[in-house]
Amino acid sequence: MSNKEPLFSAKNRRLLTTPLSKENPITIQVLGICSALAVTVKLEPAFVMAISVMAVLAFGNVIISLLRKTIAPRIRIIVQLVVIAALVILVDQVLKAFVYDVSKQLSVFVGLIITNCIIMGRFEAFAMSNKAWPSFLDGIGNAAGYGIILIVVAFFRELFGSGTIWGFKVIPEVFYEIGYKDNGLMILPPMALIVVGIIIWVQRSRDKELIEEN
Amino acid sequence: MFTNRYIFIYASVMVILVAAILSSASMVLKPFQEANIKAEKIQGILASANIETDRAAADQTYQKYVVEELAVDSKGNVVSVFKNSKLEKGDLRPFDIDLKVQLNLKKEEAAGKAVNTPVWPIFIMEKDGERSYVVPVRGVGLWGPIWGNIAFKSDFNTIAGATFDHKGETPGLGAEINTSWFEDEFKDKTIFDNTGKFQSVKVVKGGVSNSNIPPAHGVDAISGGTITSNGVSDMLNDCLENYVPYIEKNK
Repeated sequence: MSNKEPLFSAKNRRLLTTPLSKENPITIQVLGICSALAVTVKLEPAFVMAISVMAVLAFGNVIISLLRKTIAPRIRIIVQLVVIAALVILVDQVLKAFVYDVSKQLSVFVGLIITNCIIMGRFEAFAMSNKAWPSFLDGIGNAAGYGIILIVVAFFRELFGSGTIWGFKVIPEVFYEIGYKDNGLMILPPMALIVVGIIIWVQRSRDKELIEEN
Repeated sequence: MFTNRYIFIYASVMVILVAAILSSASMVLKPFQEANIKAEKIQGILASANIETDRAAADQTYQKYVVEELAVDSKGNVVSVFKNSKLEKGDLRPFDIDLKVQLNLKKEEAAGKAVNTPVWPIFIMEKDGERSYVVPVRGVGLWGPIWGNIAFKSDFNTIAGATFDHKGETPGLGAEINTSWFEDEFKDKTIFDNTGKFQSVKVVKGGVSNSNIPPAHGVDAISGGTITSNGVSDMLNDCLENYVPYIEKNK
């Protein structure tokens, strides 16, 4: 823990907030796309996925950060993988025990958190060279950046794909009677990619700094 | 610098520690997970007979409506009976029969190398004085297993209701098998024709009305979900035919 600076110093606050926008893991670093496509058909699984990733990333960052001086560089990737795998299995078991329906919808994608590049990326880039508390914040921040995109995508896909929000019908029956139809394309993975693309577009046209020069 | 010795010890301690944590977590959570799986199975059985229940009340509702569980072999003999919460005949509770294992046994038997003969569960329910028979079915869709429960009216011929579920069929296409519009199509279909011959119920591509299959034995397939639809057809045929000897014996 940092003794000299306050827990939520400006630097630490930045760890939480930059991944939400300027360093968003999905829209800027384009990591974790696979699961962003797969679990965003409905809001509820997307939300649980975001929380799961947050648990794995925050605690994983803390564990790696605490161990960082003992980890031999030659086996650091293996150590990181073991930590991720153990945490993911724990999360999966807990979901199966307490939110069985959601865990069924998420199916293999909980297990695939192991291969989510965001997690190993943060371990390598941040936790290996920072103290536990900033690492924890960094984990929360990055998972939140990932989660917020998941939730936004899931919101639009569920609304237009199934006419529901969090499982509740929001598009009135009258609309269906006069010929409105749910968009079947919305619940297929390609549409998630398009929605993510639109988010990236909107974000970059609002903040010109983010536009890459090629 | 880290020596090889340090690295080996470090790695060994780490994996042993992790293994211990994970296996104890698994042991602690196992009862909850098994309760969930059991409740889901009960919900499936009850839902096919149009009885809705939530996860918490599943066990109670099951005991209220299911009066008897049977297991029959492929010749129509009853091999086990489970009634009033105890096993009256045989040594395996029909509820615990794993259909996947039985279907494999059936395949082995057909190939002539079976060790055990397969047995098939039947759940007998009573609701408002009306008797119904629920049988589980299991097959393969496009991407993975599909399964379900079929409830028959007291004649063991007319379908009272059906539920299906799947592991990972395509959303919007094959995955539609677990929606009510598809399941409701099965209501009032019959699996035997007028002469008493087993016909099963077929899922017909292009619509029943455009085919030569009688409307009593066919339902409309899902557009774009042909392989899953065919999977449902095959599943019904493969699973329901096992009960034919039993049904004929008890007519």
